[in-house]
Amino acid sequence: MPLRSDIKKVLVIGSGPIVIGQAAEFDYAGTQACRALKQEGLEVVLINSNPATIMTDKHMADKIYIEPLTLDVVKRVIEIEKPDSVLSNLGGQTGLTLSMELAECGFLAEHGVKLLGSNPETIHKAEDRQAFKDTMEKIGQPCIPSKVVETVEDAMDFAEVIHYPVIVRPAFTLGGTGGGIAQTPEELHEIATNGLRLSPITQILVEKCISGWKEIEFEVMRDSKGNVITVCSMENFDPVGVHTGDSIVVAPCVTLADKEYQMLRTAAINIIQELKVEGGCNCQFALKPDSFDYAVIEVNPRVSRSSALASKATGYPIAKVAARIAVGYTLDEIVNQVTGKTYACFEPALDYLVVKFPKWPFDKFVYAKKTLGTQMKATGEIMAIAPSFEAGMMKAVRSIELGMDTMTKEDFTKLTDEEVLKKLEDIDVDRSFCVFEALKRGITVDVIHDITKIDKWFISKLNNLVQLEKWLAEGELTQEKYDMAKKYCYLDSTIERISGQKIPERRLAVYKMVDTCAAEFSASTPYFYNTFDRENEAAEFIEQHPTDKKKVIVFGSGPIRIGQGIEFDYCSVHCVWTLKEEGCEAIICNNNPETVSTDFDTGDRLYFDPLTKEDVEALIATEKPYGVVVQFGGQTAIKLIKHLTQLGVRILGTSAADVDAAEDRELFDELLEKCNIPRPKGSTVFTTEEALKAANELGYPVLLRPSYVLGGQNMIIAHCDSDVTEYMTIITSHKLENPVLIDKYMMGTEVEVDAICDGEDFLIPGIMEHIERAGIHSGDSISIYPAQTLSEHIKRVIIDYTEKLAKALHVIGLVNIQYVVYDHEVFVIEVNPRSSRTVPYISKVTGVNMVDIATKIILGAKLKDMGYKSGLYPVGDYIAVKVPVFSFEKLNDVDNQLGPEMKSTGECLGIAKTFSEALLKGLIAAGYKLYHEGGVLISVKDGDKHEIIEIASRFEALGFKIYATSGTASVLNRNMIAASHAYRIGKGDPDVIQLLESGKIQYVISTSETGRQPSRDSVKMRRKAVERSIACLTAIDTANALLDCLEMHKTVNDIELIDITKI
Amino acid sequence: MIFENKKKATLILADGTEFEGRAFGADGSVVGEIVFTTAMVGYQETLTDPSYCGQIVTQTFPLIGNYGVNSVDPESNGSVVSGYIVREHCEDPSNFRCEGDLDSYLKKYNIVGIYDIDTRHLTKIIRESGVMNGAIVHGDFDREAILAQIRAYNVGKVVPKVSVKAKEYYPAENPKFNVVLMDYGYKFNIRRELVKRGCNVTVMPWNSTADEIKALNPDGIMLSNGPGDPADNTEAIQTLHDLIPAQIPTFGICLGHQLLALANGAKTEKLKYGHRGGNQPVKDLALDRTFITSQNHGYAVVSDSVPAEAGEVSHVNGNDGTCEGVRYHNAPAFTVQFHPEACGGPKDTAYLFDEFIELMEGKKSCR
Repeated sequence: MPLRSDIKKVLVIGSGPIVIGQAAEFDYAGTQACRALKQEGLEVVLINSNPATIMTDKHMADKIYIEPLTLDVVKRVIEIEKPDSVLSNLGGQTGLTLSMELAECGFLAEHGVKLLGSNPETIHKAEDRQAFKDTMEKIGQPCIPSKVVETVEDAMDFAEVIHYPVIVRPAFTLGGTGGGIAQTPEELHEIATNGLRLSPITQILVEKCISGWKEIEFEVMRDSKGNVITVCSMENFDPVGVHTGDSIVVAPCVTLADKEYQMLRTAAINIIQELKVEGGCNCQFALKPDSFDYAVIEVNPRVSRSSALASKATGYPIAKVAARIAVGYTLDEIVNQVTGKTYACFEPALDYLVVKFPKWPFDKFVYAKKTLGTQMKATGEIMAIAPSFEAGMMKAVRSIELGMDTMTKEDFTKLTDEEVLKKLEDIDVDRSFCVFEALKRGITVDVIHDITKIDKWFISKLNNLVQLEKWLAEGELTQEKYDMAKKYCYLDSTIERISGQKIPERRLAVYKMVDTCAAEFSASTPYFYNTFDRENEAAEFIEQHPTDKKKVIVFGSGPIRIGQGIEFDYCSVHCVWTLKEEGCEAIICNNNPETVSTDFDTGDRLYFDPLTKEDVEALIATEKPYGVVVQFGGQTAIKLIKHLTQLGVRILGTSAADVDAAEDRELFDELLEKCNIPRPKGSTVFTTEEALKAANELGYPVLLRPSYVLGGQNMIIAHCDSDVTEYMTIITSHKLENPVLIDKYMMGTEVEVDAICDGEDFLIPGIMEHIERAGIHSGDSISIYPAQTLSEHIKRVIIDYTEKLAKALHVIGLVNIQYVVYDHEVFVIEVNPRSSRTVPYISKVTGVNMVDIATKIILGAKLKDMGYKSGLYPVGDYIAVKVPVFSFEKLNDVDNQLGPEMKSTGECLGIAKTFSEALLKGLIAAGYKLYHEGGVLISVKDGDKHEIIEIASRFEALGFKIYATSGTASVLNRNMIAASHAYRIGKGDPDVIQLLESGKIQYVISTSETGRQPSRDSVKMRRKAVERSIACLTAIDTANALLDCLEMHKTVNDIELIDITKI
Repeated sequence: MIFENKKKATLILADGTEFEGRAFGADGSVVGEIVFTTAMVGYQETLTDPSYCGQIVTQTFPLIGNYGVNSVDPESNGSVVSGYIVREHCEDPSNFRCEGDLDSYLKKYNIVGIYDIDTRHLTKIIRESGVMNGAIVHGDFDREAILAQIRAYNVGKVVPKVSVKAKEYYPAENPKFNVVLMDYGYKFNIRRELVKRGCNVTVMPWNSTADEIKALNPDGIMLSNGPGDPADNTEAIQTLHDLIPAQIPTFGICLGHQLLALANGAKTEKLKYGHRGGNQPVKDLALDRTFITSQNHGYAVVSDSVPAEAGEVSHVNGNDGTCEGVRYHNAPAFTVQFHPEACGGPKDTAYLFDEFIELMEGKKSCR
């Protein structure tokens, strides 16, 4: 069936801000979908609250609303735009749920809007627990047997039916408190009794325990004719029990014989046929390792993180095909873009293995629990393509940016054998490294398997790496040994280190193609990965496609993590687009499967490989580019600049020496002095004594940070000697070789500027001001464009400093500068001669496409030739407020108090005519529920007690009841504000925890001098607020901003929605 | 140490290309027709598929032997593959049904193997030049002598080699039909699928005559898969031709499909490099549905050679449009080029066995 004639205008719902479990993969899917729909000549209306995405770019849709993803707002967009259909299955869970709600409340029918993709019945069958069970039963697909019971006897009876072991999950206890695994009736009796007691509704779920089973996934596609294919199978390294997003995953499955494989494949096909999904679907199975027993764990009737991985792993563009299916096409009509000859109705054949490795945020959150379970904790992931699992793991481990180049984790080398054995029992983020350490100690594959239940296949493969490393370390480093190590993708530097010898005859990697068909057909799409074989398919491809275009390589930003997110992918992709427009051949190198940049048709060629010196060198040798671009790929790309310069490659944009001048503290200080620009006073120290002395000289508070990244210990603000001592103790325990930087901390207004410079002129699209005073990481602050409180004089100083700095650093392209305005004086905090987190948002709200201009400039264009005047770009009609979004509910034990270390995973944007309206939109988009009545619990540090009075009285004036901890309460009461006393935990009734659980509290304002350690009361209170989904404000300024919104007495429904393509 | 002392082996192609690899499986050297399969699982089924007789099989998936071998999965008694080419074979397989590793299995069935080969590079050569003869040699060799052997090699008429020599009988539990399975090198799962559906199966040798078959008074005839050039099997073609007037419900797979087409006056042709794997899309023209199928064939029926009075093309390949099935008008017969019995590969077209049953029940005329 061709394109449906009744579809002309489609609303695409995006997935909103990046949070753990819903990340860049939906920008990738949404972007593919929008492009596919536009190629079909359809008008596309887009709504997504996330401004850092490619999909919210003007290229992607005809109408774009960066608005809160709430039911009301989506309804209003439908009323304004009158689309004839809504696409449900490409915007993650957010998009799916909204579509479902729109359909269920009858709104779509009322407005004559069709739901494309998954229909409500499909969604219901897949999402509703009971409906899902019934559906699976109907088609004979086994689910994990479980039952809700209210007595110990019922629990025991049910366990007899399903056989031990069983899992007990008490209802409504957070974090699974009171649950557990029972192996015997005795154990069950105890756990069930305890669980029933702890459950507020005396209810527990008894479920068959399948931990240790293999976890297998299939990505399936179906069209309206009922044609169905499986795109990819995937097998988890970690058995059932670890969320698949937190598991190392390989594609295709490796330990399944054809009988098991086809059994699960057929099951997946039967499921999608029964659910009648039209588009992509993900089926997760648990397979008993010693029989053909299996259970369906979950079915997602939409594109997902796994489908993004499957797309990159196979070259099959799932989202694009799903979008075409949604508008009427069938699989047998859609051409396979990779071969250009065959159709989308086939199953990809791989001739390599893909390894996915998660990226966790625990280098940031040192106090958080690193254990893994059913709650996903990874913020991102990388993918490695290689001919073997061993080689894939070696590529993966160096792509994940943990400072590792083998599976050896330094910490584990210090453990005794017994400690290693004990550590194997921990199901945590380091388990694969612990397995490796155990193998090095001679602990056998069988023993490790018995403890971890990881399939012996994986353990044996890791053992091959152990054996190889032993072989390398013994005797002469022969060519044979070297070749074997290269086959497993070891870096030369690693081989030299392990063997202690020089490399005999050095080999550089060559490239193989990803073509969806294992070379059965000749492919026309250039998607490559490096290996150590004879044939170089990339070199052949380049030879066969001669061009006189300039070849430019753009290095991407690697895995998504806190501090380096999707915004750098936005920048990389935009750079590529502009390069292509400017007549260059644009080549991308990146390793993140969730992104648009690693879509094979974003650039002219894609190299899916680690971003290390040697990998990059091989790429340069094969491509021989005119130049390379590193300024759009975050820190990952920029740190390659020195090496690339040494290789003699032309750096397009700011040079290595100038990047160094901005990053090296001494050089930077010299530069500031030369420019006569002040920065907060500071010095460098090595010891606790020096630190205390410097801190006292500077005067508290001071900002402490290591001069290089070290085990996640980043910045803190110290208010007293003991803070400095605590910090220095942790830092010095890591054998201090690099100094600690200590700066005067100025609690002023933080201002951020992104500028473009061509060496002569400079352009500032806008000045952004942060709501929170300096001290909260810029990524975690609410940021406003244009700045609201700065005087003309201050703005002029900022513009002047920006010009001086850009010129002194010889910036060609983008530069990001952070200032603090303190006592009417402007100080520089930081200069990053590269793109920044704020570039996508400022580009969208000012209409100045920063990356596009910067790319033209690095190719030699001048601002004035593009019609831009030097200086600040005129301010537009709208105010934009960027609100950070956190994933605290996913990360146990992370203190949600904001500080100098970034904690947010994503962001939303609110755009409106006034500041308060924009802020309201931003807060709603970020998930704040704005209650206009109820209670506020306040507990602030001494330094904030003065300012809290005003805040409390404003809440009181709005009719809120105020609760406060003792110190805060007495300050408030003294100032004539009625505040009920909330006791410290366990010290009276009600204590803060009881109060939070009572439902009386709508907002928490909590600040404390120190935080981080989960044992502190203040941290426990804030965590409780997170668990109870109560808005927790940890800065006075955020509370003030919230009050500004509340005092407007408006809701989002009162505020105009804005199509940003018209800005 | 697992990395040392691996014996050298060489793969030599008819065009003179050499790949250096390592030896595994049976020791020695072997000449054959080199083909590749893109299936990612089911290597034991591949090794025991009689249709590969006379061929050296290349696996495009680089990691073979991961789940070992067992005594349940073989599709025939033993293996008739001439040689086996992989990138990597697994020495420590893992699966609950695993009874041994791939290397030992090849040794047991005397199959010469080579690994550490860039199988993607090799596949591209075959794709570009078409199916090619070649040899795997363990240890040193005389290049010219080997090349002469390679060039002289022909798979030849191999059906007699893989077919049963005498009739075999497999009863069903609750039999409804008696089916004759014409054995041109049948895969066990064809028989299993029939027995499972209540058919007593009589496996007949490839050269059984029409009278011998009619004498069994079968409710249906199943024509099996098998190796080699279909046109070489003149006796079998004649038998099928002679059976047409008997109007016995007939279902053919792979070589069986080609033989019935030839018996009806159609032609077959050799494909450049064939279809081998578990991901081939086939469109059922009557249903307007595409199914993913398991395939293993180097020859195909020429679509427009099927005489209109005899039958019509019912299935086509989604990739290259070649004939994948014929529905007959002159007899209650239908045949497919692909493998609905799967093993290895997808089971999506197993419904064709049901249609065969319906055909025998007379419920359904041949679609």
